[in-house]
Amino acid sequence: MTAAAPVAVAAPSPKPPRRTNWVPYALLAPGLLWLLVFFAVPMFTLGSQSLQEGTVETGFTFTGNVGIYADALERYWPHLLRSVGYAATATLFALLLAYPLAYYIAQKAGRWKNIMLVLVIAPFFTSFLIRTLAWRTILSDTGPVTEVAQALHLTDVLQVVGLTNNDSLLSSKFAVIAGLTYNFLPFMILPLFSALDRLDPRLVEAAGDLYASPYRAFRHVTWPLSLPGVVAGTLLTFIPATGDFINSRLLGNTQTVMIGQVIDSQFLRVLDYPLAAALSFILLLMILGLVAYYVNRAGTEELV
Amino acid sequence: MTWLRRNLLLLASLGVLVYMLIPNLVVAIFSFNDPKGRYNYTWESFTLDAWSNPCGAQGICDSLGLSLRIGLIASVTATVLGSMIAFALGRYRFRARSTTNLLIFMPMATPEVVMGSSLLTLFLMMGIPAGSLAVTIAHIMFCISFVVVAVKARVATLDPRLEEAAADLGANPAQTFLRVTLPLAFPGILAGGLLAFSLSFDDYIITNFNASPSSITFPMYVWGAAQRGAPVQVNVIGTLMFLIALGVVLTGQVLASRRERARAA
Repeated sequence: MTAAAPVAVAAPSPKPPRRTNWVPYALLAPGLLWLLVFFAVPMFTLGSQSLQEGTVETGFTFTGNVGIYADALERYWPHLLRSVGYAATATLFALLLAYPLAYYIAQKAGRWKNIMLVLVIAPFFTSFLIRTLAWRTILSDTGPVTEVAQALHLTDVLQVVGLTNNDSLLSSKFAVIAGLTYNFLPFMILPLFSALDRLDPRLVEAAGDLYASPYRAFRHVTWPLSLPGVVAGTLLTFIPATGDFINSRLLGNTQTVMIGQVIDSQFLRVLDYPLAAALSFILLLMILGLVAYYVNRAGTEELV
Repeated sequence: MTWLRRNLLLLASLGVLVYMLIPNLVVAIFSFNDPKGRYNYTWESFTLDAWSNPCGAQGICDSLGLSLRIGLIASVTATVLGSMIAFALGRYRFRARSTTNLLIFMPMATPEVVMGSSLLTLFLMMGIPAGSLAVTIAHIMFCISFVVVAVKARVATLDPRLEEAAADLGANPAQTFLRVTLPLAFPGILAGGLLAFSLSFDDYIITNFNASPSSITFPMYVWGAAQRGAPVQVNVIGTLMFLIALGVVLTGQVLASRRERARAA
């Protein structure tokens, strides 16, 4: 009786009483429970694993060894920085490539809109590992792309900038960043498209009627209205790109190892679970920090 | 010059589309290659060998079958669980809405290596062995959020007055749901399910942490094969997948536009 009283005070039952009050909870429960057990709880077991000591043979015991984090950071800070750098560069290139295409599909394509949208998601229909392997063929030393790049001295430019080490394109920073850009491009295009699709073209016309140059109309009308798409697209590109190790493994060299590759090999080959778990945790915190800062700066809510 | 200026946007858009589609084209072309060594990276000569025997490479079709099974189970489960959440979010008031939103958003904002490795630590502690079961559990987990987003977007566009009208005409909540809400939301549910299937079918990173040597999915097979030279059959299956999916999507588009035209007429 005492337990029920506060509830009654907090929610005086309306007339007629809503019989269906339990329905949303019943709908939510199974899915949220699944996420709780297999997404949220693992974050705690990951944290716990990082603070254990031992080996796979003898088993691990919890010792609260916080020093592992300093150790992990000291050994692998270059990989962390590199991952963020590559992912940020790839995100920027993806934005530059995706914006014109998304704008064209949303505002200019007319009856070609649906066909072009299908073409945007079409690459997804082939496994992304197979497509990334295809880049090895495209960028191979004897392929036409490398030959043209060499003839135009683009390879020399890339070498001067430090993106490649010699006059081939494969197994370089350039190839890794190009691969990341390529692989996550649809994740940039689709949110940009949905933001630009809602843009009323009359607003841009109105800006023109009020003597705004095309540049000013873009800067003050189109761009601000597309910002939710920009924020969503950059997040959907940056987050998976930071943790990715497929591109760095298949298209890079020993100097382009990203943090995901380190976590993968520490967990599955070196079997140093505590170190791998600590690195995983650091990566998660780093990304959450960057994302929180970015979303705060961009000031966009309702990302889901 | 003015032509170039007027069509600059179109040319840039087409250029990006070409960049996006070239790897698919290369995969298709090299499915007809007859490589000299183990690596199928340079063009040698035309052959139909791989196409006439797509299961010719050892283990490739077993891995494909496993991926299809896991993809089907994971996408159906995730679609049911995710759609239920989406209906709750779109149609009901309840407490802890922001916690719910956070729990749905987080798996999409977490890198796959972190999810894969954290699940590995959970399974280690719970004593669940690596293998198909662990992989399926993981796939359901990361598919749910994407289904919620897809279905929620559709539910948000539905006019609640249609459901009210059904109730006014004497339908009980279950009838209203089955005869009105569910059919209207179906395109969103279908889209979410297809998305979940393709995410599951294509996943390598999370699977990698939770699979065992006896549960090699298709992406794991490709990864393993890539280390020692992938067989041409990989390209055949990649091309087949592309053509089948393109066919499904284009058929859907044609049907949808025909229905729309019929409605307009």
